[in-house]
Amino acid sequence: MKEELIIAGFGGQGVLSTGKILAYSGVMQDYEVSWLPSYGPEMRGGTANVTVVISDKPVSSPIVHEFDTAIILNQQSMDKFESQVKPGGILIYDTNGITHHPTRTDIKIYTIDATAEAARRGNARIFNTLILGGYLKVKPVVTLENVFAGLKKSLPERAWKTLPENEAAIRAGMELIREKN
Amino acid sequence: MKEIKLMKGNEVIAEAAIRCGADGYFGYPITPQSEVMETLMERKPWETTGMVVVQAESEIASINMVYGGAACGKRVLTSSSSPGISLMSEGISYIAGAELPCVIVNVSRGGPGLGTIQPSQSDYFQATKGGAHGDFKLIVLAPNSVQEMHDFVFEAFDLAFKYRNPVMILSDGVIGQMMEKVVLAPQRPRRTPEEIRKECGDWALIGKGADRSRHVITSLELDPYRQEKFNEKLIEKYKKVEANEVRYETIMTDDADYLIVAFGSSARICMRTVEMARTEGYKVGLLRPITLYPFPYKQIAEIAAHTKGILTAELNAGQMVEDVRLAVNGAVPVAHFGRTGGAVFSPDEAYEALKSKIIK
Repeated sequence: MKEELIIAGFGGQGVLSTGKILAYSGVMQDYEVSWLPSYGPEMRGGTANVTVVISDKPVSSPIVHEFDTAIILNQQSMDKFESQVKPGGILIYDTNGITHHPTRTDIKIYTIDATAEAARRGNARIFNTLILGGYLKVKPVVTLENVFAGLKKSLPERAWKTLPENEAAIRAGMELIREKN
Repeated sequence: MKEIKLMKGNEVIAEAAIRCGADGYFGYPITPQSEVMETLMERKPWETTGMVVVQAESEIASINMVYGGAACGKRVLTSSSSPGISLMSEGISYIAGAELPCVIVNVSRGGPGLGTIQPSQSDYFQATKGGAHGDFKLIVLAPNSVQEMHDFVFEAFDLAFKYRNPVMILSDGVIGQMMEKVVLAPQRPRRTPEEIRKECGDWALIGKGADRSRHVITSLELDPYRQEKFNEKLIEKYKKVEANEVRYETIMTDDADYLIVAFGSSARICMRTVEMARTEGYKVGLLRPITLYPFPYKQIAEIAAHTKGILTAELNAGQMVEDVRLAVNGAVPVAHFGRTGGAVFSPDEAYEALKSKIIK
């Protein structure tokens, strides 16, 4: 088992923390993981991305040039990373703010309207856990039990009160994701 | 039970410093290594082990605080990134000239000048060829994982005290910013004054009784012939380091027709390149120098003898390649591949370079 994943969007959308939850989930499942963020000026209001590798063997390169899965959360990231999904791989994106939709036919494309759902629920902060749920529905690389354990591990104790709403959002995200025709 | 955590390389430097019983950390913030001091400030080791953590007013102040702590036989360290290390270089030379043990961590970034804040290995020359004025050597360890960031803090202090010499951990923004699983060592107590007296009593400034003359810590000598005698002593010390402390890792080199030599984050990337090449039937191996000084010249020469060509892959314009060429001494072709300025090559870029420059 090896999953090489990129999550890319705006700074503040929870890109890095989604990757961290996944990485911790991998640790909970006894997998090897690496979590490598983009860092620097691009994080201040611009785009942010994180590469996560989850594997049952030691991770050789944390730097990856093509991905099994790309989770795309803004147009700039779509422009940059659509071409870097492996043939047969998966692209997941939130349609909100996307003007040029992906066109590749050799990958599986899913949409998830997480921005709208988070707004409907009146809680913008669950945006990233909705996305995470959608991803786990189409790519169940770790068990839900370990994801919940990873979620708890990745949060400081003062934020544990948000665990129920985030767990609910992960479950809701699983129902929200749609295969794009 | 083993304590497994998911941590950034920079955070682990801080954690390992506390756990190995360090007495003091002195630093000044700079990307991409600021998490070292941030983690120390969060952990507040002065409340637990008694370790001192100081944000100094500059890198120059930091390294001179390290100089002072080391002179007293304390386990002290600092960390910075490339331009900050340049600021420290005068102090590093003084510490080497005074034969004091300390650990310096460089989480390097693109240069020259203020450069970028992204990962780079362009400080190889600076770290391995002295790093400042005067004839001296730093012992240089190059971690390629978060676990090694942890382990090498312990190892660096051991080497620093064994040889009374500054030791540098040369890392970069990839290893510093990346999170991986890490097994943390149990907390070691800081040495007691008696233990410091036992280990460092014949040179450190630990208070003089009536039974001996004073210790003098200095790097100043007015008589060139006495200075030369001292330099000869350093040369003898470095010969011992070269004989005893070479560390390296080999991956699939036994049957290799082609060899990649890479260190630190580049070596991680090239591990994948080796996998890709092997899948396509090319017998490619990887040698990773773990100590950049002392450099594994002999080991590279031995492996080179049964290969057809060598590629060095580095995040710079061609620095370690000079040492690899010295090792191989013309026996087989040696080419360099690199990205510079904070750009990081991917496994397939290194593979393309291997095919175009070496396999052909």
